[in-house]
Amino acid sequence: MGQTIIEKILSSHSGQEAYAGDIVVARVDFIMGQDGTSPLAIRAFEEMGGSRVFDPDRVAFVIDHSAPSPNEGVSALHQLMRRFAREKGIHLYDIGEGVCHQVVPESGRVGPGSLVIGADSHTCTYGALNAFSTGVGSTDLAGALISGQMWFKVPETFKFVCHGTLPRGVYAKDLILYLIGDVTADGATYMAAEYTGEAIASLSMDGRFTIANMAIEMGAKAGLMEADEKTFAWLARFTRRQFTPVSPDPDARYARIKEYDVSNLEPQVARPHRVDNVCPVSEVAGTPIQQAVIGTCTNGRLEDLRIAAQILAGRHIHRDVRLVVAPASRRIYLQAMQEGIIQTLVESGAAVVTPGCGPCVGTHNGVPSDGENVISTANRNFKGRMGNSKAFIYLASPATVAASALTGRITDPREFLG
Amino acid sequence: MLLQGKAHKFGDDVNTDYIISGKYKFKTLDMQELAKHVMEDLDPDFYQKINAGDFIVAGRNFGCGSSREQAPLAIKYARISAVLAKSFARIFYRNAINTGLPVVECDTDQIDPGDELVVDLSAGVITNKTKGITIQAKPLPPVMIKILNDGGLVAHFRKYGGFNFD
Repeated sequence: MGQTIIEKILSSHSGQEAYAGDIVVARVDFIMGQDGTSPLAIRAFEEMGGSRVFDPDRVAFVIDHSAPSPNEGVSALHQLMRRFAREKGIHLYDIGEGVCHQVVPESGRVGPGSLVIGADSHTCTYGALNAFSTGVGSTDLAGALISGQMWFKVPETFKFVCHGTLPRGVYAKDLILYLIGDVTADGATYMAAEYTGEAIASLSMDGRFTIANMAIEMGAKAGLMEADEKTFAWLARFTRRQFTPVSPDPDARYARIKEYDVSNLEPQVARPHRVDNVCPVSEVAGTPIQQAVIGTCTNGRLEDLRIAAQILAGRHIHRDVRLVVAPASRRIYLQAMQEGIIQTLVESGAAVVTPGCGPCVGTHNGVPSDGENVISTANRNFKGRMGNSKAFIYLASPATVAASALTGRITDPREFLG
Repeated sequence: MLLQGKAHKFGDDVNTDYIISGKYKFKTLDMQELAKHVMEDLDPDFYQKINAGDFIVAGRNFGCGSSREQAPLAIKYARISAVLAKSFARIFYRNAINTGLPVVECDTDQIDPGDELVVDLSAGVITNKTKGITIQAKPLPPVMIKILNDGGLVAHFRKYGGFNFD
C-alpha cells in the first residue's frame, strides 16, 4: 500500500511499515529546545534520572524568545540552560544568533527525510526542507534527550494542492493565511499537511518556510513539502551532508485533498483575535495602526526584509506608527546589511532589534498599549499574545505591514509596488 | 478514580496563551505562581473562582497554539482535576498526559456552567449530577493510558529508563 511523506519518514525511523493510525517509537535525528521550554525540560530530564544526553551532536538549545534577557527571572532560566548545555556538551545558540526556526535549518543538520522534534510549536517549519519536524512539550523533549526516541501516532495526511502563480504583491504569507482561513484553526488537527502544486514549487525557500511554519495554526502536526533543486541548492549553502528526498507514493492514502487556484488571490489579513479570522486586505483597509512588526520565525528572512525595504525605500513611516524589525538570524542580519536593506529600513524610521522572536511573544521589544492596533508578520494574533490583552493584532505579509507602516492604516501593498 | 467538582465553562479554540500568558511563563519555573494567572486574559478572576477538584469544560480545539507545558501545569497547580473538551490540540493533549493532567474528550454541550460533575476516568463516563445525565468519553489511546497509569512520562522513564509499551 502506498505511503504519504510522513508515513515513509516514520517507517524509516521506527523500523516498521507505518501507516496512519499506527503507534510507533521512532528515533529522532535532531532535537531543539528554546528558552521558554528548555528550563522545564532540564527539570524533567533530572527528575527522570537522566545523566547523559543520548547524542549531544544531535541537540541544539536556542535562546531567542526573551533575548537579551529583560529581567532577572529570565536571566536565571537562561543561566540554567547555559550551564546544562555546557555540562552535556550541547551546542547553545545564545542571544543575537536568531530564531530557533532559522538557526536550526541554517545549521545544515536538518534536511529531506530527517525526523526532528523541537520544544516549540512552530518546529513544523522544517517541513519546507522535506523533513518531518514537529513541536512537542518539555517532558517529551526530556524523554528524547535521554533516549533519542519519541513515540508517535502516525497521522493522516491532508493534501493541499495549490495551482497557478501568485500575482504581484501577493506572497507565501497571503497564501498560508488564506488556507488557514479556509480550513480553520482546527481543520488539520492530528493530521500532517502536505503542500504541493506549481504554486508551492514556484516559491523560494524563504516562502516555503513561511507556509510550513504556519501548519500548526490549522492544528497540523507537520507541514510537509517535497524536495526539489531549490531545496538542495539551499541546503548546499550550509552543509555537504547528503540527504535522500522523500516523495509520496502515487497511491498514498489521504484523509482529505483540497485544490486551490492562487492566480487571483489578494493580499490577506488575519483579524483579531484568531489566526483563522482571515479576509482580503480590502475588507480592513483604512484601519488605523499604531505599531508594525516585521520579523519572527514566519517572516524575518532575507526575502521578507528585501520586500519591506523595497516599499520603504526613500519614504518615511507615518508619524503615529512605530515599526519594529527583527531579522530572523544573525546571518540574515549581516546579509541585509551588505545589501543596504538595514540602512533603508532604519532611514525609513524602523527600530531594528536583536535577531530572535522580537515582540511576538509579549516579553519585550514592543509591548503594545491598551486599545492599540498592531499589524505584524508573525503567526499568532491571540488576545494578549504581544503582552497586552487590550491590544488588537492583525497578521499580514511583510509587504502589507511595510505599506501600512507608511500610511498609518492597513494598506494594500500593491499601491506601493507600481 | 472518581473526580468530583463543578464545571467552569469556556468556548472553542482556547489557546495556550490564554491558559498561561507568555509574559508570565518565561520568567519562572514556579508553577504555583503561574497558576494564579491561569485563564487570566479570558477571565481575570478565574483563579479565585476555582474550588479544588473543579473542571474546566470547553468546546473544540482546547489548548491550541504554543507547545508550552506550563499550560497543563498551570491548570493542574490551580487544582483543576481534569479538562473536558469536545476536542484537544495535539501538543497540549500529549503534554497533559505527560504531566499527569487528565484530559477527557466528550460532548460538552450537555454541561452548563456550575453543573456538578463526577468523572470516572477509567470507565470514561461523566455523570452530570445537576442534569441527571451521563456522558460517554472517547477512550484514550493505549499508549497514553500506560503513561497516565505510570504517573506521567517522568515516572514512566524512572520506571523503565526509556519507552516501554510492551
